Amino acid sequence: MRYVIIGNSIAATGCIEGIRRVDTEGEIIVISEEPYSVYSRPLISYWLSGKIGDNDIYYRPGDFYRKNQVKLISGVKATRVDFDGKEVFLETGEGIHYDKLLIATGGKPFVPSIPGPKGNVFTFSNFDDVKAIDRVIFRGASVVVVGAGLIGLKAAEALVERGCNVTVVELAGRILSSILDEEGAGIVQREFEKRGVKFFLENSATKVIGEEDVEAVELKSLDTIPTNVLIFAIGVVPNVDIFRGTSLRINRGIPVNSRMETNIPDVYSAGDVAEALDMLTGENRVIPILPNAYIEGEIAGLNMAGKITEYPGGFPMNSIGFFDMHIMTAGLLNPSGGMETIKRMEKNKRIYRKLYIDDGKIAGFMFINSIDRTGIITDLMRQRIDVSDFKERLLADNFGFLDLPKEFRKEKILEMV
Amino acid sequence: MESKIRKRIYPKEDVCIGCHLCEVYCILAHSGSKDLVKAFNKKDRPSPRVTVEEKDGYYITFALQCRHCDDPLCIKACITGAMYRDEKTGVIMCDESKCVGCWTCILVCPYGAIRRGENKKVASKCDLCIERGTPICVENCPNEALELKEV
Repeated sequence: MRYVIIGNSIAATGCIEGIRRVDTEGEIIVISEEPYSVYSRPLISYWLSGKIGDNDIYYRPGDFYRKNQVKLISGVKATRVDFDGKEVFLETGEGIHYDKLLIATGGKPFVPSIPGPKGNVFTFSNFDDVKAIDRVIFRGASVVVVGAGLIGLKAAEALVERGCNVTVVELAGRILSSILDEEGAGIVQREFEKRGVKFFLENSATKVIGEEDVEAVELKSLDTIPTNVLIFAIGVVPNVDIFRGTSLRINRGIPVNSRMETNIPDVYSAGDVAEALDMLTGENRVIPILPNAYIEGEIAGLNMAGKITEYPGGFPMNSIGFFDMHIMTAGLLNPSGGMETIKRMEKNKRIYRKLYIDDGKIAGFMFINSIDRTGIITDLMRQRIDVSDFKERLLADNFGFLDLPKEFRKEKILEMV
Repeated sequence: MESKIRKRIYPKEDVCIGCHLCEVYCILAHSGSKDLVKAFNKKDRPSPRVTVEEKDGYYITFALQCRHCDDPLCIKACITGAMYRDEKTGVIMCDESKCVGCWTCILVCPYGAIRRGENKKVASKCDLCIERGTPICVENCPNEALELKEV
C-alpha cells in the first residue's frame, strides 16, 4: 500500500498520524512545495515579533518523519495528477504512483491585481513571507497592512512589537468583521490605536506607488500613505489550481463526504482546501482553521488505512490574542435577523460576552477578555444542549458545571471522556 | 500503537466539602521548592491544576481536573504541538517551552480543565503527578471526595 499526500501542513500531519494508528507498514510519501518540515502557520506572526525562535515554529519533533516512516519530498511542487492512472507528477517531471491520495494543499493568499511595483510588497501566509518581511523592516519603518482580519491584525501586532509604524486598511466598516460585532471590534481597535496603529475603514488600496519598491499606497478615498512595506492580508482561497480541468469536483474548495472522500475513488481531501460538513448549518463549506485541519486529516488517514471513521462536522472557532487582550469566538457570529442575543459589556474592564441563541441552543459566541473554561460552552454548542434554563449564567466569568442541570453534569463528569 | 490513559480522577460532589486542599497540594506538588510556605510566598505562585467549583447560593462543590481523554481535542487543536500524550503513561502533557498561550486548548476542552498558568503565559493542566507517582490531590483529600479509578 502506498499513501501519497500532497501538502505538508496540519492536515497532512493529522493524516500521517491517522494512518499510523491503523497501518504501521504501508509506505507514506509526502510532497511539499515548501522546503520545511511541518511548521505551524499561525506561529509566523509570533516568529516575526521575536516571541519564538527559528526552532520553535515546527509543529512536530525533528524525528517525526523518521519515526512514522514517512518519505518527505520537500521543496518540490506537485504540478499535475493523473487520477485515472493514479499518479502524481512533480515539477521535476517525476511521476509517483499512489494507491490512496490525500489532497491537503491548503489555502493561498488572495492578492488583488493593483497596478504598481512589487518590491517590498508581501502576503502573510507562510514562513518565507515573514522571513522576507523580517529582512526589510526596521524600527521606525512604515508598514501598510491591507486587511483587518485575523491574519492582517496578527501581522499588525507583530510589526508594532518590532517598532514599526503601522497603518491598516480595511474594506468593511469594522475590524475583525468575520468574528466580532461593532461593539467587540471597537474594544479591540482601541487597543491597536493606543499603540499607534492607524485605521482606514471602508476603504481599499487602489494603487501602489514607487519605482521598484513600494513608496506609497493610494487608497480609494484618494488618501496617499507613504510606506516602506505593503502587506496584503485580504483573505485566503483554497489552493486548487493544479486540479482545474480534471475530473475532480471543485466548488470553492474540494467537496468531501463524511469520510473525507472526494468524488474520485481513493482520493481524499482535508484541511483548508476541503469543503467538509459545517455541523451548525448542515452544509459543506471551507472552514480554514487549524483544529479542523488536523481532525479532518486524521479522519482521512484512518479511512485511507481502512478504518471507517465518520467526521461529525466542524464549525468555525478562534482563540486569538492581541497585546494583552484575548478573544474567543465560535459558531455563527453575524446571524441574519431575529436571533436571540444575550450580552454583557464592561467597558472599563474591556470585557465583552455575547451569545446567539437559536431555539434554546447556542448558535455562536464572542468573548473578549473573559475566556477561562470557555470550552465548556463550546461543548454545549457542539452537543446542541438546550441552555434556556441557565442562559443568563453563560454571561458570567465563572460559568461552570455547577450551572448545569445535575443529571447532565453527573453524566458528563463521571462518564463521558 | 496509540497509548491510552489507564487511570482517571473522578470527583464525588456529594462528599466534597469545598476545603480546596486539593488545590493547595497541587500547587505544592508543582512548585519548584516543594515547600508549602515558600510556594505560597512566591510572587508567581504556581496555579492549581485542579478546579474546585463552588458558587454563592449553592451547597455543592467538587474538584475537577483533566480527564486525559481518549480522543483529546486539546492535542488536535493545539497550534504549536505543545500539547501531547506521553507514550508510556497515556497522560496528556503540555510542553510549556513550546506553548505560546494562544488558549485554543481552553476554547475546546469540554471539561474546562486547562487553565492559564502562572503569569497567564502558558497552559497549565493536570499531569496526574506522574513525577511523584500518585496524584497528590487524591492522597490528601480529607473526605475522600477524589477517587483514582482504573479505566
